[in-house]
Amino acid sequence: MRGRPVPAMGLLRQIDAVARAAFPTGLTALLMVLAAVPVGLPGLLPAVALPCIVFWSVFRPAALPPLAVFGLGLLGDLLSFAPVGSGVLTLLVVTGLVTRWRRFLVKQSFLAVWLAYCGVALGAAALEWLLQVVLGWRVLPVAPGLYQVMLSAGLYPGLAWIMSRIHEAMSRAESAP
Amino acid sequence: MIRLSIPLRQALSRLSLPVLIALAFGTMLLGKADALLAERARMVLADALAPIWATLQQPVASVRGAVQEAEFLLNLRAENAQLREENERLRRWQATALALEAENVVLQRQLRFVPEAAPAFQTVRVVADGGGIYARAVLLGIRPNHGVRKGQIALDERGLVGRVTEVGLRSARVLLATDMNSRIPVVLEGSRARAMMVGTNGARPRLQHWPEGSAPEDGERIVTSAEAGAFPAGLPVGIVRRSEGGAPEVELFARLDRLDVVRLFDYGLGGILPPEAVARPEPRPRR
Repeated sequence: MRGRPVPAMGLLRQIDAVARAAFPTGLTALLMVLAAVPVGLPGLLPAVALPCIVFWSVFRPAALPPLAVFGLGLLGDLLSFAPVGSGVLTLLVVTGLVTRWRRFLVKQSFLAVWLAYCGVALGAAALEWLLQVVLGWRVLPVAPGLYQVMLSAGLYPGLAWIMSRIHEAMSRAESAP
Repeated sequence: MIRLSIPLRQALSRLSLPVLIALAFGTMLLGKADALLAERARMVLADALAPIWATLQQPVASVRGAVQEAEFLLNLRAENAQLREENERLRRWQATALALEAENVVLQRQLRFVPEAAPAFQTVRVVADGGGIYARAVLLGIRPNHGVRKGQIALDERGLVGRVTEVGLRSARVLLATDMNSRIPVVLEGSRARAMMVGTNGARPRLQHWPEGSAPEDGERIVTSAEAGAFPAGLPVGIVRRSEGGAPEVELFARLDRLDVVRLFDYGLGGILPPEAVARPEPRPRR
């Protein structure tokens, strides 16, 4: 194949590529909207957003640009009636850190990634707590934040399993001639 | 599409994260400075999503119904025994209630008592969870031109749920009585002492500020108080329970974990709204 120019992309292939690039963001947004449906489990929405963001930042960072993370954070803040911007900043910081560590994380086993995720979730909850305390100017209890960490740590394996299936399918489609 | 040289593109992509983080701080400041803008943005988004949530409500409700049905089947025997006992107790209460009602009618006739008009209410479906980590709230799906106002009081079939804090075109947000920002003036029904019910984000709000000498007793009924003009007097709220630490808490009558439909009552009150709500309650339109 070397030396020959790459054939121009057909319209269908272009649509396919765009859909693939937009998929992680779209899926995360969809999950966040769905998580707002009341199922008797409060605080599901922020717990769903974080696993998606971390997973795609580790395994497919090109598909989750910072601008998309900004939009997702804003969506989460507006949906969960949190102070606007607190979720945005938390998700952006998480994305920045995870993208920096991704070379190391991508080679690890699932269990190691999960453990790293738990650490990230704990840090994110601490940052979110701090931001809400500063923005609301009152001391908040720590327990809801810890509950949030445990909820999202529990949701991670299931979500990661589904997303890694999708990721594999996408990689296969990309490597196909 | 604009073609950029590779080094420039790399520099841009490296810069985008810090720039966006700075933008996030800007958003925070903007949300803090113009709280009305943030509220409007939230309600526009909720209005846009409310029809989708309302559609999703159907399958979710049927799945929850099926799970509940299975639970009922499992607990059939124990529940039956409990219901038999309760029925027996309620039958005795019914006799008392009938006697008291008759007596009340006689007394009211003697006093020329003018009864209060029954308040108008509308029944609304709960479509989404409107809270996050540090808030307990629900979103209601309403029809356009509904007449829902801020400050209206939401009750389910058993008792107090909360108050309307934001109203959009197709959705409204109700801050639950369990939310941390919720402060509800209540009356202990046994001693007629006033107290404050303070939300903690947990299932049971705490009682505070009761007068000395009339501490809330376990099992005492709690109703709303008309203090501060936020609530009408006498709405059923819950029962006093002691926590493990001995602090008095309220077990709410309303089942906040399984809210499907709530009734919004318009008492035409203009009391204080929770601190996070920006605008004052709107006055009731004159009829």
